[in-house]
Amino acid sequence: MSARRASGYGPSVTDDAAPGTAPESAIAVHTLTTAAKDLIEGAFPPLWVRGEVSDFKAHRNGHWYFALRDAEAQVKCVIWSSAARRLPAPPDDGMQVLALGQMTVWPVRGDLQFSVTKLEAAGDGLWRKALEQTRLRLERDGLLDAARKRTLPAFPRRIVVITSLDGAAMHDIVTVARARSADVELVMVGARVQGDGAPESLVAALAQVSRWGDADLLIIGRGGGAREDLWAFNDERVARALAACPLPTISAVGHETDITLCDLVADVRAATPSAAAELAVPSRREVAGRIQSLGSRLVSAAKRREDRAVAALSQVQKRLGMAATRVVERRRSRVELLAGQLQALSPLSTLARGFAVARTPEGATLSEREQFVPGAPFDLWLRDGIVQAIAGVNRPLPRDATGVLEEEQG
Amino acid sequence: MTFEQSLSRLEEIVRDLERSDVDLERALLLFEEGITHLRSAGAALKQVDARVQQLVEAADGSFSVVEFGS
Repeated sequence: MSARRASGYGPSVTDDAAPGTAPESAIAVHTLTTAAKDLIEGAFPPLWVRGEVSDFKAHRNGHWYFALRDAEAQVKCVIWSSAARRLPAPPDDGMQVLALGQMTVWPVRGDLQFSVTKLEAAGDGLWRKALEQTRLRLERDGLLDAARKRTLPAFPRRIVVITSLDGAAMHDIVTVARARSADVELVMVGARVQGDGAPESLVAALAQVSRWGDADLLIIGRGGGAREDLWAFNDERVARALAACPLPTISAVGHETDITLCDLVADVRAATPSAAAELAVPSRREVAGRIQSLGSRLVSAAKRREDRAVAALSQVQKRLGMAATRVVERRRSRVELLAGQLQALSPLSTLARGFAVARTPEGATLSEREQFVPGAPFDLWLRDGIVQAIAGVNRPLPRDATGVLEEEQG
Repeated sequence: MTFEQSLSRLEEIVRDLERSDVDLERALLLFEEGITHLRSAGAALKQVDARVQQLVEAADGSFSVVEFGS
């Protein structure tokens, strides 16, 4: 720069006119603007500048153009695509931002230009904007629906863990799983969880687990870190790959307060990797307690059922006995009644009272005088024997004798 | 039957048995089945600690699970 200035634009000690000092040595426009660019760049270190974004345009080739301004001034800005890719989202017009950049000149147009490499919006605006845009797309595709959430298996046999193989998250998960000491197998699948290539690495790990599929549950996550460190878990590709996972999923990213898109898409969000392991791995002591209580409930329910059966049986026996007794008694009293009636109707009882019955020798009862043939034999049945008799003439009963007989019979 | 299925069947059996209208013959069958599940669930609990493994995908796309760090 200084060498060039000495040779190009500085006062010359030679007779030859220095370039641009005379019409004959006029310099080209691009020489001028390039010289201005070099001069400006040399004069300004990279600086943070605050201002409001206006006239933002994202070019097809990935570069972003806009102006930064305040009440009195403005400067044209560019963010080259390489820097734009590292930003979560493009800024909106009107957004208050802090931009780290290099003051320069764009030789092609001769414009002053601020070349920005980092851009931060007030209140994490860009991050929130990027998150919100992605969240809306996921929501529109139904990936955040509560109805999609699967329940976790109560007793997973095999749990896949996608995380960094040398990170704190893996250590925490293994430690908690061992402490709960249930019969599980943790299958680790390593992935980059931060920095360049982290989203791609996480997506590849998820795709691998989906192809494999031979597990009951997936935990994906990492330990705490700066917002930028957790950003891969807000990547749309990662969130979609997680949503597509055939296994039930637990997302465990950072600390309690960090909520990522993976957390929203997963079936269950755990506050930390340790909490994920607690959710996933049943504690052996709890399970043993549950089995024990089921066992005692089983035995006492069976015992109660048995007691009830025995009680029902003895109740039935008692009722059967009572019913039988009642039947016998009813029959007995009926027999007695009939016997009494029979007794009353028996001709023998009449005889016992001193009456006699006339019968033919063949045994037919003679109860009317026309049945007696004068001179014919018949038998008289008495209380204590039979007397043969011969019928004499017969006559009707005297008029006053009926009452005597009725009285006798009644 | 997995441990989970065994345990949930056991829960179901206990609930059925605790209902008062189950008939005696069925109650006895349920009890026997319950005892079987109780035994197998108890046996499953006596196994080893959590194992830490690693998923390995071969070039031909087949998968294997090996001990972590091996």
